[in-house]
Amino acid sequence: MENKSDCIIVNHVNKFFGEKQVLKDVSLQVPYGSIYGLLGPSGCGKTTTVKIMAGISESSSGETYVLGRKMPQLSLMNEIGYMAQSDALYTVLSAAENLEFYATIYGMKRVQYKKRMLEVMELMNLSDELYKPVAAYSGGMKRRLSLAMAMLQQPKVLILDEPTVGIDPLLRKDIWKELYKMSDNGVTILVTTHVMDEAEKCHQLAMMRNGLLIAQGTPKELQQEIGVNSIEEAFIYYGGGKYAD
Amino acid sequence: MRIKAMVIRILNQLRHDKRTLALILLAPLLLLTMIFFILDSSTTDLTVGIINAPQQYIDNLYENNISTIRCSESEAMQMIEGKKIIAAVEMTGGKLYIKLDGGNSTKSGSVLASMEAAKKNMTSPTERYDLKTDVKYVYGASDLSTFDNFGSLLIGFIVFFFTFLISGISFLQERTTGTLEKLLSTPIKRWEIVTGYVLGFGVVAIIQTAIITFFVIFVLNIMMIGSIWLVLLITLLSAMVALAFGILMSTAATSEFQMIQFIPIIVVPQVFFTGLFDLSPGWTLVGKFMPLYYVADALDKVMIRGSGLDSILFDIFILLSLTILCMVINTILLKRYRRI
Repeated sequence: MENKSDCIIVNHVNKFFGEKQVLKDVSLQVPYGSIYGLLGPSGCGKTTTVKIMAGISESSSGETYVLGRKMPQLSLMNEIGYMAQSDALYTVLSAAENLEFYATIYGMKRVQYKKRMLEVMELMNLSDELYKPVAAYSGGMKRRLSLAMAMLQQPKVLILDEPTVGIDPLLRKDIWKELYKMSDNGVTILVTTHVMDEAEKCHQLAMMRNGLLIAQGTPKELQQEIGVNSIEEAFIYYGGGKYAD
Repeated sequence: MRIKAMVIRILNQLRHDKRTLALILLAPLLLLTMIFFILDSSTTDLTVGIINAPQQYIDNLYENNISTIRCSESEAMQMIEGKKIIAAVEMTGGKLYIKLDGGNSTKSGSVLASMEAAKKNMTSPTERYDLKTDVKYVYGASDLSTFDNFGSLLIGFIVFFFTFLISGISFLQERTTGTLEKLLSTPIKRWEIVTGYVLGFGVVAIIQTAIITFFVIFVLNIMMIGSIWLVLLITLLSAMVALAFGILMSTAATSEFQMIQFIPIIVVPQVFFTGLFDLSPGWTLVGKFMPLYYVADALDKVMIRGSGLDSILFDIFILLSLTILCMVINTILLKRYRRI
């Protein structure tokens, strides 16, 4: 790929599960260091797209490049922090044990992860709960721990599938602040969401529906183009018409 | 390194989950003890006629809950016929000659085991106790299954059962809770996941088999002629097969409940094919496709016949191959979740 300015490139990707086509010719580019939002109702293909980018799943046709290399690529997995939609936590283990496990999997050194572990837990406001079993966590705490785990190995790319579900507004603000900070430091972040006001916070946005990418651009562009004042209206506009079921 | 991380994580999980740990380590002991008492109580009223044997041998028999009665050879035959005694014993030149009523296989097996065991503990240096015992069946035959046969099979079965279930369910949970997906977003290789699982639960299996084996041999005093290390080895292999097999079967289940459904379909039927019952040649052949058949065969050879390593090499080979085969299939099946 010649494209040097984009961190994630999805090129005419189709995905079939058996007979059912869940992604229809999806193409998008995520520039380095930007926060890119993938907006759409549940079942629209967001998670499938995200999984292909993270290298867990593969497209039926088309190509995906991350950091200039074709996915899926095992050696690239260290550079991608992935947060799944479900909290992938071992609930009988404490937060520290969960983090330690993934840190070792990522090949982090002991001194390195001991420090990093405290950092990410501090960031997610979970420092006091480090040694609590995850089973005793609330839903929001689990979500935050999952996020802490995704950024544990300081990846260059962060792929977050609905990261702020069940997190209170105050903390959500903090998390976004942190995401901006990371993007300033050159981390490329891809977030999926079905919450409109959150979509507005992204640098760039893509709207998905029924496996199709229906619009792409900055939140402003998407609104101005059709003369509406909110992402919600924009989404209704793009979602209606020729893309309706 | 990544495998080590998997192993540590699995051990940590079990460490925190005290109930599951207790199920793995203590439930087998409880079961074995209960089965032991059920089988043992039916054999307390056995009487053996002593035609000629040293006092120490008689004492040893007494310790094994066998009553003795002194008699001549012809008296012995009459008493066997009248079911007053189950066997008559004569010891000449260190060799044991036993006349046995094999009509009730449980009783005859038990008394035979006791007579063999009593011989083993003797200390007199002049006698040659290593000579093979000569057993003549007055009634019945030796190929009837016996209590000890059953006991040795049980060790294998119980280890298999618990390991199968627990490894299978925890691998299933890895899938259903989404942690497998998260795990697959890391650079870990598929075979590392499978190997990590087998080794992690393997550590638990080692502890489990050690406890069970020592308990059965030293506390329950099951008949045991061969090497205890071989028994440990076979039991451990049984656990490893169950482990790999459990993980494999879990991929065909979508919930814990479906995993439980494998017990009557896959685990329990194996018991019927492991030498507990006499089967027609066709059914015996079916048994040869079941891992527990080889476990029971090897345990039987070592514990009851005192065979050495060379006679169970084939069983070990089969069990090891099955374990590796299951692991390979597992690794391939994980492709469903991530191709690389």
